[in-house]
Amino acid sequence: MNRELKRVSIVVMLMFVALLGSTSVVQAFQADNLSADPRNSRTLYDSYQVERGAILVKGKPIAQSMPVDDDFKFLRTYTNPELYAPITGYIPINGEPTGLEFALNSELTGTSNSQFFDKISALVTGQDPKGAAVEVTIDPVAQQAAWDALGDYTGSVVVTEPATGRILAMVSKPGFNPNLLTVHNNAEVTASYDALVADPNDPLINRAINSLNPPGSIFKLVVTTAALESGNYTPESTFLNPSVYMAPGTTSAIENSSGGTCGAGETVTLATALRLSCNIPFAELGVELGDTTIRETAEKFGFNSTYSIPMTVSESTYPRGLDDPQTAQSAFGQFDVQATPLQMAMVSGAIANGGVVMAPNLVQEILAPNLSAIQTFEATELGRVMSEETAATITAMMVNGVQDGAASNARIDGVDVAGKTGTAQNGSTDPFTLWFTGFAPANDPRYAITVLIENGGGEGQTGFGNKLAAPVAQKVLEAVLNK
Amino acid sequence: MQSLSKASALSAQPATEPVRRLRLPQKLRNLELFLLLIACFINASAVVLVQLGALGELDPTLVLLGAGLSVLVISLHVVLRFVARDADPFILPIATVLNGIGIAMIYRIDIADQQGGWESAAVRQTVWSALAIFSAIVVLLVIRNHRVLFRYTYIAGLVGVLLLFLPLIPGLGQEISGARVWIRFGSFATFQPGEIAKIALAVFFAGYLVRNRDSLSMVGKKILGARFPRFRDLGPILVVWALSMSVIIFQRDLGTALLYFGLFLVMLYLATGRLSWVIIGMSLFLGGALIASQTLNYVNGRFTNWLDALNPDVYNAKGGSFQLVQGLFGLAKGGLLGTGWGQGRPELTPVPQSDYIIASLGEELGLAGLFAILALYLMFVARGFRIGFAGQDDFGKLLAVGLAFVVALQCFIVIGGVTRVIPLTGLTTPFLAAGGSSLVANWIIAALLLRLSDTVRNQPRLVV
Repeated sequence: MNRELKRVSIVVMLMFVALLGSTSVVQAFQADNLSADPRNSRTLYDSYQVERGAILVKGKPIAQSMPVDDDFKFLRTYTNPELYAPITGYIPINGEPTGLEFALNSELTGTSNSQFFDKISALVTGQDPKGAAVEVTIDPVAQQAAWDALGDYTGSVVVTEPATGRILAMVSKPGFNPNLLTVHNNAEVTASYDALVADPNDPLINRAINSLNPPGSIFKLVVTTAALESGNYTPESTFLNPSVYMAPGTTSAIENSSGGTCGAGETVTLATALRLSCNIPFAELGVELGDTTIRETAEKFGFNSTYSIPMTVSESTYPRGLDDPQTAQSAFGQFDVQATPLQMAMVSGAIANGGVVMAPNLVQEILAPNLSAIQTFEATELGRVMSEETAATITAMMVNGVQDGAASNARIDGVDVAGKTGTAQNGSTDPFTLWFTGFAPANDPRYAITVLIENGGGEGQTGFGNKLAAPVAQKVLEAVLNK
Repeated sequence: MQSLSKASALSAQPATEPVRRLRLPQKLRNLELFLLLIACFINASAVVLVQLGALGELDPTLVLLGAGLSVLVISLHVVLRFVARDADPFILPIATVLNGIGIAMIYRIDIADQQGGWESAAVRQTVWSALAIFSAIVVLLVIRNHRVLFRYTYIAGLVGVLLLFLPLIPGLGQEISGARVWIRFGSFATFQPGEIAKIALAVFFAGYLVRNRDSLSMVGKKILGARFPRFRDLGPILVVWALSMSVIIFQRDLGTALLYFGLFLVMLYLATGRLSWVIIGMSLFLGGALIASQTLNYVNGRFTNWLDALNPDVYNAKGGSFQLVQGLFGLAKGGLLGTGWGQGRPELTPVPQSDYIIASLGEELGLAGLFAILALYLMFVARGFRIGFAGQDDFGKLLAVGLAFVVALQCFIVIGGVTRVIPLTGLTTPFLAAGGSSLVANWIIAALLLRLSDTVRNQPRLVV
């Protein structure tokens, strides 16, 4: 029996060798990967052991870590939670953070490289480690005004400072309460999260930077820029003015939104076409310019790229390789042209800024626990998209559009507002997407604003940009100009 | 071998023998006492470290309970001095330190879950440990010679099968997390009779195989160099196979089935020396498991969880790999040296004090700690095998190796499951995991091994 016993002993030995091997593999070789797994709540708990830095608006916290007596030590608490949710995002105990909580996680937890020496000195001095605070560029007056003005619409308002690209307001509706997602109870977080995900209006999406819609007529600003910059057109250039237009090589008709011609006369000028926001002249112009020229201009404005503000902005698109009918459609912001509100804010911001596109940015400063600035964000130019003259010309055209054209509901007494409305189709029966983009004061632009209203503003295919989006912009601009 | 040479040296000096015989074996007991004191010290420091790490202060109640336990194991040691003075000196200290580390970890998880008082798992585990050690003392006092068990071979078999299927009786059985392997006493305690059944079955297998091994090993055709048994001799293995399969189907407990079948197969191989039994048995079990994995959802799920644990779909599925992956996260957090007692977060893993106690220990004691624990198990098993090697009677040899092997296999199934060597199946980690029936069973195994080792050293050596 001892021979068999010896063999069984070897088998038992092998079983234990397998266990020694498997524990070594898990604890030594796979340990780093397992710790980096986003589902690993242990790693997350560890990140709670330091006091996470606050997110500040004009020095007042909109997100901060409150000491509590449980395993996590700190409860992330949001002040005015719905208003600032698109900016802060949230950091749940059982999932990935979003918003600035995600984008600046290493700074907020104090683990970024720039905080290395602070960590060392904290180690030496025996202080509790603490994350950096983040001061954002948001103007609380603009944010509140934008939130109030957007009312119950599903959509977004973005206000930027044209000269710097700083984001002064970023509102997304419907909102949600991030505090519900940071409680220290897995089941509650999951229940709240599931309810938000199930909501057909997608409250968790930050529409300002992550919602892509056809820009419709506000894209005419891009086409106008391309036309004027080509040197072959002026605001007085004329186009044929039929009530129905067939692009070359197609039988599908393009109509103006009025259904008739663009004003009286056999021909119509570019300036009138933009003021009244007619589709047919722009379709003709688009075909004449060609899709490459339009795309190049769009890309100078920032289309077909992503940005980090430092959240990642979804890529607005102007597709490549369009044929004439597609180019005609895309010239008034239809076909496959898609844009985020922030992208359209970059368009009007560039016009307001004399033709130079500024990098959009949400973060002003990153502050060490002792309030010294670790990092300060400077205004960054992305490049010149048009000459100052062209910018001035388009500004004048946009001012006309507000004073005496399709964007009349954005008018403010005593201030020249430059603006453009858009009413984009989403298929034959779906509700329209409504837009306004513009800036004020026109002679010394301090605020550029873009309003997006999804889902037809609840009015299906009867609402239009000037009716619903322009008044929102008007209210916000009034509020910020009067402050 | 050493003892053998000593024995012959002793027989060469008949004049001094009576005196030496009285004094020499006490050396073993003294060694045991020394090791036992170290074990108790390790256990006490584990509890103290847990309190310092997780509570930040010292709480004397559990230390007192632990001290009570130390008194019990030392009384077991004293019993050994009288009734089994030649017993193996390593078995008791190893069982003690494993049991103590287990209690410390369960206590540590109680603290994390804010459990306390008599209802807490650690206190229950301590009480069960006392009961288990007491059972071990009773076994040592009642069974003065293991060959008594040989007489009760068939009764043991009957008891084993009955215990195994007790949980299936309506009203008595209790289903916990899918498996129906518990019975309930009133509202207080649940008991897993299958744990005791493994001892009864080991006794039965040993007795049965010693009686019948001739017919199982001698006859049969030779195919490809291995002698295969006659069809009519396949009876026993088919019965045990059917037993295991019914455990899989009716009790939904893969681990237990694997444990019993593996135990039988190893003992059958040891008794007959025929590899063909292993081949037949393995193919029977693998075939059955394969069919079960295709037809039974829970078995199939176990395989998916094992092979594709980190896949988000598997991870999020109901009954998916969430639990397993949480255990892996815990082990990863522990790394090489662990977080230290009371410093990790083992409570994040589901059932951290029973099925996943190895993951909990790996998190706080690290790879180093797990290696130490595995080494302790290996030593425990090796002591059992040593009895098998040195034993004189085949029943004793088979029983000792069977009991030791069942501990080894159980470790392999549960630790291998947690660390993804094999699909995870619910079994308790011997001595460590929370669970009274498991503790009682394993302490009885320890007692039987002590008894067997004493007989092996004590019995007159045959001159063959």
